[in-house]
Amino acid sequence: MASSRLVRTNLSPLFNWRPAHSASPVEALILRHRLRAIELLPWFLAICAYYAFADYLALGCQILIMILFAMSLDLVLGYAGIVTLGHSAFFGVGAYAAGIYAARVSGEPLSGLIIGAIAAAAIGWTSGLVILRTQGLTLLMLTLAITALLAEAANQASFITGGADGLQGVDMHPIFGIFNFDLYGHTAYIYCLVVLFVAWLFARRLIHSPFGQSLIGIRENAARMHAIGSPLRLRLVTIYTISAALAGVAGALLAQTTQFVGLTVLGFQRSGEIVIMLVFGGAGRLYGAFIGATLYMIAQDQLAKLDPTYWYFWIGLLLVLLVMFARGGVLGLIDQGLRALRSMR
Amino acid sequence: MTPALETIGLHKRFGALIVANDINFRLEHAARHALIGPNGAGKTTFINLITGRLAPSAGRILLNGYDITALPQAARVKCGLGRTFQINTLFRGLTVLQNVCLAVGEHAGIGGNMLRVFGSHRSVLEHAYHLLEQLHIADNALSLVRELPYGKQRLVEIAIALGLQPTVLLLDEPAAGVPSAETAIILDVIEQLPRDIAVLIIEHDMELVFRFARRITVLVQGAILVEGTPAEIAADARVREVYLGERQHA
Repeated sequence: MASSRLVRTNLSPLFNWRPAHSASPVEALILRHRLRAIELLPWFLAICAYYAFADYLALGCQILIMILFAMSLDLVLGYAGIVTLGHSAFFGVGAYAAGIYAARVSGEPLSGLIIGAIAAAAIGWTSGLVILRTQGLTLLMLTLAITALLAEAANQASFITGGADGLQGVDMHPIFGIFNFDLYGHTAYIYCLVVLFVAWLFARRLIHSPFGQSLIGIRENAARMHAIGSPLRLRLVTIYTISAALAGVAGALLAQTTQFVGLTVLGFQRSGEIVIMLVFGGAGRLYGAFIGATLYMIAQDQLAKLDPTYWYFWIGLLLVLLVMFARGGVLGLIDQGLRALRSMR
Repeated sequence: MTPALETIGLHKRFGALIVANDINFRLEHAARHALIGPNGAGKTTFINLITGRLAPSAGRILLNGYDITALPQAARVKCGLGRTFQINTLFRGLTVLQNVCLAVGEHAGIGGNMLRVFGSHRSVLEHAYHLLEQLHIADNALSLVRELPYGKQRLVEIAIALGLQPTVLLLDEPAAGVPSAETAIILDVIEQLPRDIAVLIIEHDMELVFRFARRITVLVQGAILVEGTPAEIAADARVREVYLGERQHA
């Protein structure tokens, strides 16, 4: 845009910039992104779980995948404030892309992840260009509609997706040609954990970048972001695309580790569940995804054992309580607790 | 010399309702100009037309001689057009420093940067903090905006606009809603604004207007009624009739 820099401004001496001498608030902001010890806790626990719950590694894989999926949702819902009930579109596209790639082209896992990410990002970008012109309820409906369109497309295109029977013949090669996917899920668990770790490093850097901060600005006050010259549409479509890619990776992981893709990956239920998980843990906090997905998946596993048909009742009850008494999710509750402790001293 | 801001035949209608009627307005460089008028005169509409929140039905807008009529809001900001809002439009859940950093960062062109953390753009943070010092709100740098008293929030409004290093600054009722005891602080800040910024202020507070402005434009029913020095405006019979007579209602 040639016109965007028409004017060079210079301010009077009073307002001229000079380095602040000992501006501690500046230091505080500079140090904000530094890694704190507590942020390593999830990874420590995940490694412990690998040894402590060796019989539950299949569930462990599912949890890691859902954490990645919830984290991708957090970037758009929690940070940028894009209300969506259709995030399974990208999870599903990633799963189908990686599954079909493995069944028809090559079972090499890493290239499969990249295929899943690219396919989901492409859908995220094109749909984002169209639907992110809207907001609120209209946007919510459009995200639902996109998912419904894709689910029906996957159902109809049974010659390539397997339709309602699901995609068969997903056969994975060893990772790097060395690590075979074993029956007990050892390889799959470590694989998912490493992928999640890399995605977390990326997401964490992203939210602390000026770009990530501008997303928070859009969530907090879009009118002001316009007034400070921020290109909102571009920012929103960009994060929507990035988030879609991460969701696609999560879907690809599911396809590769279960070696099957069914129509449920594109279902409305999965979109709803992932929002519940994020709200459970606390949206807009990065780690809400870790806590929410883990608790939800374990609760689902245990409650379904107790009562295979009516376990959703308890999830619903828990959600009602959480939304009524702890709007910030589990992390919000922890914050409140810590604040109460501090004020007692 | 080309004016800092000029509108030529600016016209805006909503259906049959004309809210801006052939407005020819000039804001000179380094001006201290006030726009006054009774409620519903179209003052905020005029601001929204200039900043690009509304598209005019006809007419042109020139900023430092360049036609910005077709430019979107964000591009006009990059050209040096800054504004504050009549009703606080802030990032309430963020700290004061973060509020200003977003503006300074966007002006510095790093707003879309994904690869470096914000903290590594030290000059942006220091510039933002320096602005807070100038406006005497540096002590609140790490407070959340929503926890600040209203008067200080008004100062954050101005700090964000200054973070964009505007050549033209539009102040939409900067003292609106501020208790009269704190108005003086706002007025001090406005009087200390950099000399070379052209400032257009919309205000109901006549004391503030006559103390601050060297030129005054009176807007009535979407059209300019009269423009002149504060003394001329105060002496104008038409202004007395349509505006100063209704002052108590404003």
